[in-house]
Amino acid sequence: MTPAIRTKNLTKYFGDFTAVNGISFEAKRGEIFGFLGPNGSGKTTTIRMMLGLLTPSVGEVQALGISVSGNQAELQQRTGYMSQRFSLYNDLTVQQNLQFYGAAYGLNNVDLKARILDALSMAGLEGREDAKTKDLSGGWRQRLALSAAILHRPELIFLDEPTAGVDPISRRAFWDLLYQLVADGVTVFVTTHYMDEAEHCHNLAFIQRGNLIAEGPPADIKAKMMKGQVLEISSSDAINTVKILRAAKEQGKVSLQEIELYGSLVHVVAPDVEKEKNTIQKLLKNEEIHVEEMALIEASLEDVFIASMK
Amino acid sequence: MTDAIIQTTGLTKNFKKTRAVDALDLTIGSGELFGLVGPDGAGKTTSLRLLAGLLTLSEGEATVAGYDLRRQSESIKKEIGYMAQQFSLYAELSVLENLQFFAEIYDVPREMIAERTEKLLQFARLTEFKDRRAAHLSGGMQKKLALACTLIHEPKLLLLDEPTTGVDPISRREFWDILTNLHLNGTTIIVSTPYMDEADRCSRVGLIYAGKLVICDTPRQIKKELPGEMVEFLTNEWKAAKTLVEKMPGVLETQTYGEALHLLVDNGEQRLAQISEALTTNGINFRGARVAPVRMEEAFISLIQRLEE
Repeated sequence: MTPAIRTKNLTKYFGDFTAVNGISFEAKRGEIFGFLGPNGSGKTTTIRMMLGLLTPSVGEVQALGISVSGNQAELQQRTGYMSQRFSLYNDLTVQQNLQFYGAAYGLNNVDLKARILDALSMAGLEGREDAKTKDLSGGWRQRLALSAAILHRPELIFLDEPTAGVDPISRRAFWDLLYQLVADGVTVFVTTHYMDEAEHCHNLAFIQRGNLIAEGPPADIKAKMMKGQVLEISSSDAINTVKILRAAKEQGKVSLQEIELYGSLVHVVAPDVEKEKNTIQKLLKNEEIHVEEMALIEASLEDVFIASMK
Repeated sequence: MTDAIIQTTGLTKNFKKTRAVDALDLTIGSGELFGLVGPDGAGKTTSLRLLAGLLTLSEGEATVAGYDLRRQSESIKKEIGYMAQQFSLYAELSVLENLQFFAEIYDVPREMIAERTEKLLQFARLTEFKDRRAAHLSGGMQKKLALACTLIHEPKLLLLDEPTTGVDPISRREFWDILTNLHLNGTTIIVSTPYMDEADRCSRVGLIYAGKLVICDTPRQIKKELPGEMVEFLTNEWKAAKTLVEKMPGVLETQTYGEALHLLVDNGEQRLAQISEALTTNGINFRGARVAPVRMEEAFISLIQRLEE
């Protein structure tokens, strides 16, 4: 089967400025594909080209095996889109919003009735059909927006920062919904600022200044890009631990790449950080700081990306 | 703990229908980087606004930076820097002009303004953008400018209300590096956040739930207080897996996150083997079974689930 999304040398110029610089990647059918990058990296421009809202300067995008340019009408029926500000009508009720979206996608009344029932059950909104959308909490509104975006049963959905500003418990519930969709064979293309969400995507692409800098499953990206190990130190005085280790690094007494205060703990990074343990222990003991624990910790995806930016 | 810079007893705020903050007893020492976390609507913003002297308290007592919150809330304002969620910068003014404007509002002596603004521009890494209008800054840069404006009168206590919401991860990290530097230099910071990885970067964390402070400790200790160990399985059939394992002995709690199934169990190694076997017997495919370190988010979700029961 053709991939859900395939971009080939996708490029967009705005005057002299290259917003997207020849990126090529593929998202397989039935997976959650995470698209990450800082603000201003070309992320939104890329999504707009995928949706057919912007024409590429060079290269092309295929969705569901057909070229996006020239096939918008067909793709609108087969794909869904949910934007950051969940485009719901606040003064309409839950039921009215769903009816509106159904009509916009040209669903007939019989289908629509059944699908609205499905949507309500998926979003957990049964019994709240008559609630005004503006009276729902952020988490409910977000699940309603997702239900609306998939009323026409698209094969591929684009979600642009769907969980921005939603609390952790609602974020979880939302991701469980995404996994249900994927289990039914739908492909989910999602952008997010939350790196913990990115860890739960099947595949990722990371874009920076218009260039694709990494691609693959989260674990592979971590293995490939993380150059050092992170040692977490729990001591009787975290602030002075940082100061002492930084001073020692300046004087060449310990070889560490980074020494950061991390809440009540200290994180240090080095290629083979185990070798530095004894030195660290001694340095701190000389200053009467007691080390309670030192342990290697897993680098998070965020650590990896930050490191790759430097 | 060093001297308390904030001390509240029974701090309560009632709005018409709701009790937004319910008998908060909170002591924060000078020099702490204190995180305030909790679900939406838990009372984080109201708590910060009370401490900033912007709301009158309904009940209870509080002292902030040596002043009584009931009687001296005006005096508190010059000791603190408060950054609201929707901090208003002047969009038409440049970065430098915004800083100068806030310097005047806070009565920074005229001869010190130039030196302070320059220092803050450097600190917030905004020097090369100093002539750019605030409207034309990225979201992350606007937040850094807002923080710089909040710091212009050199407050000893900072109250920051979700300063990084909606900011990309790299700007977020940069913002936290700035906070950590302030913390290293002795400024007391209280910051509310919906990001659990940020809670990990605080020296102490308080969880607010339904207006009440339900736990208040170091991140490490909060994780340790989970009544068990976390084991993780990755599976495409997480719903079936969840139904199967949640009734097994020793499984105290299940949390799903995408295809990751996280189980709080009484004994990690022992249950990992038993659960793996049960999954295999029932034909549920999985990979990556392991005893996983507890993340802050899990510790909080577990706490909240227990509170809701």
